[in-house]
Amino acid sequence: MPKPFKPSVKLTDNDVTNEDVYKSRRTLLKSMGFVGASTLLAKSAGAAGWFWEDEEEKAAFKGKALEFSQPPKFQITETRTPEDKVTSYNNFYEFGTSKDAPAKNATEFQTNPWTLKVDGMVKNPIELDHDALTKRFPLEERIYRLRCVEAWSMVVPWIGFELGALLKQAEPLMSAKYVAFETLYDPEQMPGQRSRFTGGGIDYPYVEGLRLDEAMHPLTLMSVGLYGKTLPPQNGAPIRLVVPWKYGFKSIKSIVRIRLTDKKPPTTWNRLAANEYGFYANVNPNVSHPRWSQASERRITTGGLLARNRIDTQMFNGYSEVAPLYKDMDLSRYY
Amino acid sequence: MPLRKKPFRLAVWQRRSLKGLIHLFALGYIAWLFFAGVTDQLGPDPVNTLINETGTWAIHFLLLTLTLSPLAKWLPSPEPMQFRRMIGVYTFVYAFAHLLTYIVFEIQLDMALVASEIVSRPYIIVGMAALLLLFALTATSFKRIQRNMGKKWQKLHNSIYLILPLALLHFSWSQKTFWQEPVWYWMIGLILMSPRMKQWYVTYQKKSQKKSRDKNAVA
Repeated sequence: MPKPFKPSVKLTDNDVTNEDVYKSRRTLLKSMGFVGASTLLAKSAGAAGWFWEDEEEKAAFKGKALEFSQPPKFQITETRTPEDKVTSYNNFYEFGTSKDAPAKNATEFQTNPWTLKVDGMVKNPIELDHDALTKRFPLEERIYRLRCVEAWSMVVPWIGFELGALLKQAEPLMSAKYVAFETLYDPEQMPGQRSRFTGGGIDYPYVEGLRLDEAMHPLTLMSVGLYGKTLPPQNGAPIRLVVPWKYGFKSIKSIVRIRLTDKKPPTTWNRLAANEYGFYANVNPNVSHPRWSQASERRITTGGLLARNRIDTQMFNGYSEVAPLYKDMDLSRYY
Repeated sequence: MPLRKKPFRLAVWQRRSLKGLIHLFALGYIAWLFFAGVTDQLGPDPVNTLINETGTWAIHFLLLTLTLSPLAKWLPSPEPMQFRRMIGVYTFVYAFAHLLTYIVFEIQLDMALVASEIVSRPYIIVGMAALLLLFALTATSFKRIQRNMGKKWQKLHNSIYLILPLALLHFSWSQKTFWQEPVWYWMIGLILMSPRMKQWYVTYQKKSQKKSRDKNAVA
């Protein structure tokens, strides 16, 4: 007969460290005055914290897990940019112009309730509320390259649905030629909209636009999440556009309105500096930004200064299937 | 108006320790930046952090050197002038590290790209001009050279007043919009320069008055 297992230490539920205590173990150690070698050398909370603030003190954004499929077509093998980098290196001037400002200033951003309107030249105007954003359409995970106009890039596993699916439900009229997008305007929540010193002095609300055929392209995604969870505010919660063959500023965040129109809509960066940012803003290694070359880019993944992360920029960011959209167009004129 | 009648002096040991602290900070910070950068502790994009930190600290040191002579007059004290050279040299060190970071870690030694960017991008040309001037000032910062150059030395070193707007223009121009961090530095720069600009204006007026007087005398 096998001997019954007898633990040498008898533990009951009461002996289990309370979850709250477990989760705050670092704070506890710190409050006990523990400053060991590991703390000094730890990443992010370590050396940087001597000069700047301790990032670990900040409550991390907890996204809600999403249900989604993973179509193999979009599961590319390029090294993904780690989640903490995707969520802490953002251009979202509504929350400040520095890359780390949005993650710091958007923690309290309220995205529920939310209303996304689809109107203008459509037969069937639509309003999506907060829950509908993640429930109305089946969600897919798509790993896309993101190329910023500032010549850096990331690889991000977005979760979302095709903009085309949403537009089809709204039934665009024959006269509709363009799609105009608008970010939330709420100066109370968005410090950059209150002060030009915080918001870089651009006109708010942020607006963007696509040609209808670009908007209907199957690559054009309405994203509601990344890395398996709902979007953090700094990445454009609760819903944003992702157009992977265009520079990142086209992928407008925290959208409240999508309007179909027959006129080319104004777009924020083009309004600010038309010679630097065009309406199309397709990733194009052959057309420089007036102040820097777009022929190559630095891919942000891991590794420090010595990581050789400069790579050649590809036409349309490598999404050559969109080339027919621009057939017979002079892309150095329509940049 | 000077703050006090009697000039303010530091003891030798005080001056030396203050200098030691400045050396420790300036060298320590830049060493730490590179170390943290190599070991991937400088945030999501270490290259961007390093470029920003070396650039803004070069400007901090530049603004600091420009506060020293007004400070000396205001206290009054000969002490601040004892620190001007070292802080000026650190301005160059940080600005040079800024350029190196750009070449080695941003462009990653694609020298054809470095060359075409340096000659074709106005904001880089402006920054390079400031850096070359800083280099000239640093190279002539030795006491012996200063003596040998005589009056020319002061003339050359007055180019610090050109370096300031060039550096700030480079900073502003590198941003995507005007209303960003550099605006604060322009304001500080303007405050530091206003008494000097007033002085220049007064000297200019006196000169032109004298000229017209001389002219009238001849007539």
